[in-house]
Amino acid sequence: MKEKKILCQVLTTLGFATAAAFLFPSCGGGGGAGAGGASKTLIQNAGSDTMVNLAQAWAEAYATVDPGVSVEVSGGGSGTGIAALINGTTHIANCSRAMKDKEITKAKNQNDAEPKLFTMGLDALAVYVHKDNPLEKITIAQLGQIFGEGGTITKWTQLGVKASDGNDEIIRVSRQSNSGTYVYFKETVVSKGKEFKLGSRDLHGSKDVVELVGKTPSAIGYSGMGYATEEVKMLRIATETGNDAYEPNLENAQSGKYPIARPLFMYTLGDPKGATKAYIDWCLSEAGQKVVVDNGYIPISK
Amino acid sequence: MEKVIEFIIRVCGISAVIFVFAIFGFVFWEGRELLISGEFNFWKFLFTKEWYPASESNPRFGVLALIAGTASVTVLAMAIAVPFGLGAAIYISEFCGSRLREALKVIIELLAAIPSVVWGFIGLTIMNELIMKLFGAPIGLTVLNGAIILALMSVPIIVSISEDALKAVPDSYREAAIGLGVTRWQMVYKVLLPSAKNGLLAAVLLGIGRAVGETMAVLMATGHAVHIPFDGTPPFFHPLDSVRTLTATIAAELGETARGSEHYQVLFVVGILLFSITFAVNLTADLVVKGIRDK
Amino acid sequence: MSTPPTENSMRFAETELVRKKQLSERIAQFAFLMMTLAMVLPLLLIVTYLIYKAMPALSLGFLFDLPSRGMRAGGIWPALLGTIYLVVVSLVIAAPIGVLAAVYLNEYAQDNWFTRIINLAVINLAGVPSIVHALFGLGAFVLFAGIGRSVLAASLTLAVMTLPVIIASTKEALSAVPMSFREACWNMGVSRWKTIRGVVLPNSISGILTGIILQVSRAAGETAPIMFTGAVFYKAVQKGDVFAYGLLDQCMALAMHLFTISTQVPGVDEAIPFATAVVLLGTVLLVNAAAIIMRIILRTRKKW
Repeated sequence: MKEKKILCQVLTTLGFATAAAFLFPSCGGGGGAGAGGASKTLIQNAGSDTMVNLAQAWAEAYATVDPGVSVEVSGGGSGTGIAALINGTTHIANCSRAMKDKEITKAKNQNDAEPKLFTMGLDALAVYVHKDNPLEKITIAQLGQIFGEGGTITKWTQLGVKASDGNDEIIRVSRQSNSGTYVYFKETVVSKGKEFKLGSRDLHGSKDVVELVGKTPSAIGYSGMGYATEEVKMLRIATETGNDAYEPNLENAQSGKYPIARPLFMYTLGDPKGATKAYIDWCLSEAGQKVVVDNGYIPISK
Repeated sequence: MEKVIEFIIRVCGISAVIFVFAIFGFVFWEGRELLISGEFNFWKFLFTKEWYPASESNPRFGVLALIAGTASVTVLAMAIAVPFGLGAAIYISEFCGSRLREALKVIIELLAAIPSVVWGFIGLTIMNELIMKLFGAPIGLTVLNGAIILALMSVPIIVSISEDALKAVPDSYREAAIGLGVTRWQMVYKVLLPSAKNGLLAAVLLGIGRAVGETMAVLMATGHAVHIPFDGTPPFFHPLDSVRTLTATIAAELGETARGSEHYQVLFVVGILLFSITFAVNLTADLVVKGIRDK
Repeated sequence: MSTPPTENSMRFAETELVRKKQLSERIAQFAFLMMTLAMVLPLLLIVTYLIYKAMPALSLGFLFDLPSRGMRAGGIWPALLGTIYLVVVSLVIAAPIGVLAAVYLNEYAQDNWFTRIINLAVINLAGVPSIVHALFGLGAFVLFAGIGRSVLAASLTLAVMTLPVIIASTKEALSAVPMSFREACWNMGVSRWKTIRGVVLPNSISGILTGIILQVSRAAGETAPIMFTGAVFYKAVQKGDVFAYGLLDQCMALAMHLFTISTQVPGVDEAIPFATAVVLLGTVLLVNAAAIIMRIILRTRKKW
């Protein structure tokens, strides 16, 4: 009986304390980024899903380079990172596209500092089909007809092949709107100003796309070339019919022959300082660029 | 001192009311600019199917396809869960002994505890392949996949509320029926179900509420395609199509929108829509339950 | 027919009608049994299959190691730790409010329209979709209160979400305390609050704890409410560091980790997402089982 009473007293006292704290949450908050209780220096790093694995690999490796620094990585898409940068909730925004003018103005107006851009590497966007699909190459125009609003290609036979499971319908696998991959593919392949056809499977992550294509014989999808698995095939891509088709690899991307490769950026608000600067410098160093290659991306050519 | 304590208790007592209003208030607040701006057309929002919230040139906010997605998954889930849930409730309350009853109730309670992301993971990995194999579907992330998972998720609530409703039927009804020489099945069918029908209705409504509001499981299992699975050609409803639900749309897109943008706000408007739907469903269920109690 | 007729049934002639009735009875019973099994078997099958697939990765080390090679290998320590943080903080917030709310509803509130509205609000709060809670958490705690995406904001969101669980079960536990206990106290001139603290709460403490345990399992399993309020894809944590997250830091969480490694990280060893699912499922089921066992013990030991 006695313990029970004590337990009750503890519970009730706790109750008053937290109830009070809860009713005025703004008193406790207000710290914002990096005001945590941990003694470590914190670098927050948010943004592009394409880059999230790369960013995570950097963060993981950096933990051994400087144990006094802890890097938080969150994904969600380039839009997230930029939004977080503008709202002041992240130190570094990872972007697989450049910031739009609208966003730059907004960042300047809200924070009184110009976003600063760093090019961290290159990503070749591969077009994936199932490994049993006989298709080998495709043109940008055909992709536009498959993925774009009002496009006329909906059947595999229109491309002159048959999917291995006999289903003629092309199953389009895309990304959720606003991921950098989605926006880049829309602008370069579906062509500017046009939208995607509705009805594609808009998946959450780059890996999701490749996994689904690997499991679905009649699917086609796009994702970073670093995500390739043994279940899928990367198509060679030509700018126009008659032109040479190039496969996505390091040389073709660096030389610019492969038509859908894009730079990967990091943005900071104003010039980076202190730990953030050291971190970005390290990412651009030889050790940092090795992480880029290890993760299936293309390092920046010095 | 005691006055202070009682005041705090009172404040905590109405906390639920505060939170319900706060939820509505904050969700509405974040979406307000879009709602009151002249450009936003509520009918167009509800009854067009073009969902291009992130478009630079021509953003369109039509959630018809998303509503169709939510509706199709929910209806199919209920078509599976209601008969099975009722059957299980009848078995547990009328046909089995007390030990087995306790065991079954524990298992069903555990079923209710499985986190939705685990269900989603099951849908993404196990069910996806199963559906492709069993139905020869080109892709397994479909209405059916989501519906089966939602059925399993909402069955515990249907079972437990239905069981309560059946238990609430006075034993004298049962005795009278058995005394007339009917079988137990006839008794269930002719006596119990009619007298427990309000409770059973409430059970179904709460199941619907659960299914409409579920997020992670449907995000991962239904394929996330803006597509209406109904059309004019037989069989009119295509359970092997991929769809996208209202909840999944918020979960997938909210993280990447800038605060205050139209896209951000329209997701909060979708939130208001969801809140209103579940509020109506829960309110109806509550009234139905209260209706029985007052009798 | 295969079973020998008992003394009782011998008295009736086995007519066609009786046989038909017995058959329909048996069919009905069998059908209902099958329906029940259709609900029960999936749980067993799923758990078995998940464990089978997870076997290669499951070990004690898996729980306490850091993720390595870009979260393709290694353990889940930072996510596990983050979930513990979220659960504890949300519990500290939700438990007192929930318990006191139930005390109000059961001990103070009169049976009038206002109390009905409160009860209705509790039910509706339980029915609000988790993603709407996420919108609320983002709007109210992250942005309006200015806490930012953090353990605290995510925990507050989880606390609001799980409040009805605690209120409902505490109310049940309180109402199980016989009225006569209270009346005895009141007759001695003890005040309402002292009666509650001295008699009602101690006698219902185990029921209250059951509710709190259920809150823990609910909070541990949720993904949607923490996605936008404080959970991150990855955060570098030192091995064995128990105080890795501050209240205003973001953190990793098990449920979120399962979501990201199964949708975003390429080339993960197949067993790892399964093992993560098993750890999450195991935690939640064990916690629930604890609550159930507690309830059963409680029921058998009731003194009044």
